[in-house]
Amino acid sequence: MASIWEWANPRKFMAWTDRALPVLSVVSACIFVIGLVWGFFFTPDDYRQGATVKIFYLHVPSAMMAINIWGMMLVASLIWIVRRHHVSALAAKSAAAIGMTMTLIALVTGAIWGKPMWGTYWEWDPRLTSFLILLLFYIGYMALWEAIENPDTAADLTSVLCLVGSVFALLSRYAVNFWNQGLHQGASLSLDAQENVADVYWYPALVAIAGFILLFVTLVLLRTRTEIRARRLHALDMRERVQGQ
Amino acid sequence: MIRLFWRDLTLAFRSGGGFGLGLGFFLILVTLVPFGVGPNSERLMAIAPGILWVGALLACLLSLDRIFALDFEDGSLDLLATAPIPLEGVVAVKALAHWITTGLPLVLAAPALGFLLHLDSAAYRWLIITLLIGTPALSFIGAFGAALTVGLKRGGLLMSLLVLPLYIPTLIFGAEVIRRGAGGFLVATPLAMQAGITAGSVALLPFAAAAAIRVALR
Repeated sequence: MASIWEWANPRKFMAWTDRALPVLSVVSACIFVIGLVWGFFFTPDDYRQGATVKIFYLHVPSAMMAINIWGMMLVASLIWIVRRHHVSALAAKSAAAIGMTMTLIALVTGAIWGKPMWGTYWEWDPRLTSFLILLLFYIGYMALWEAIENPDTAADLTSVLCLVGSVFALLSRYAVNFWNQGLHQGASLSLDAQENVADVYWYPALVAIAGFILLFVTLVLLRTRTEIRARRLHALDMRERVQGQ
Repeated sequence: MIRLFWRDLTLAFRSGGGFGLGLGFFLILVTLVPFGVGPNSERLMAIAPGILWVGALLACLLSLDRIFALDFEDGSLDLLATAPIPLEGVVAVKALAHWITTGLPLVLAAPALGFLLHLDSAAYRWLIITLLIGTPALSFIGAFGAALTVGLKRGGLLMSLLVLPLYIPTLIFGAEVIRRGAGGFLVATPLAMQAGITAGSVALLPFAAAAAIRVALR
């Protein structure tokens, strides 16, 4: 019986990503460009914020991705712990660097946006602080991957760190809320809210978010393939050395 | 398990450095702060709760690598892992011993150091209570961090990178309790949150730490 786990077999994974990646790259590049161009050039300026509102199309999707990528790493780590699929561990590893970049993008664009709007690049606001903490978690996770030589040990330990880290990241989020009142506005986009961003901004934002998600999927697949190749190369190298003796 | 507990305590006492080192570090940190921010007593009073908690965090961090690293090097951790008591229990006992040798002295010394920093007189009670409730969490979270890095040659710096973000909630609630206590506000909410963090860490983190040690010993 065909099961979803078959796709996680490294050879099958390489085969289907080999076919899927070119299509996926083109589609994600198109949607990414459409979303950003639409957002930047074909939306009206906000009546209070002027043109600065357009950084929204980078800031919101990257912030969403920063959080959701950690969630994806959590799922991948769980799959590694339970079913020990190597591709899963490598996907979590590949996602971490992208997640950290997204967190950085969200922080930097937020700072650039914050200066004209709030008059400050940085404030110890709960949302801003939680993102800084999230950045620290990403850095710690990646540092642990780098520090351990044996790839299986590294996968195990980073998975445990990811699980514990998720709990503490959530805790920090609420602790930080408790600690300081916010300057940041509430969620700009939510499905159940009465009032959202106006439709003119909402549709390009959706496209931009879709573009970011596709970009992330493409990059993760690409990086996971690289990791698998690196692993194979390492195995070949070891075999050569053993036979050479 | 009780024997292991006494063994860890005795080792910490006899090896000299481990026991007093954290306290000495705490003292130095508190002494350095006025040099950094100036001797203005009102300013010191305002930042005292934060300084005392950050100092406790860092003093605790300093001694974390002693929890497992020495036992890993001389092989006694392998023996403990194959011993009839569960590894989770070993971790819990070792974290408890770490708390007795590091956390408890910090709790006892904190009021004296609070005095140096002109801590508000209403806050002393809360300083002691919150440190007493919060420092076990520091030891247990730290034991998890130490377990993650036990097999690494130079795990010290990495461990602080891993452990300090995990300390953030404890720090926030701890300093908040003292600040509210000093201002005469209600402290029940942050105190209960902190107690919850400690209880959760004591109950769950030994399992994560034991899993990490099993991987490292494999």
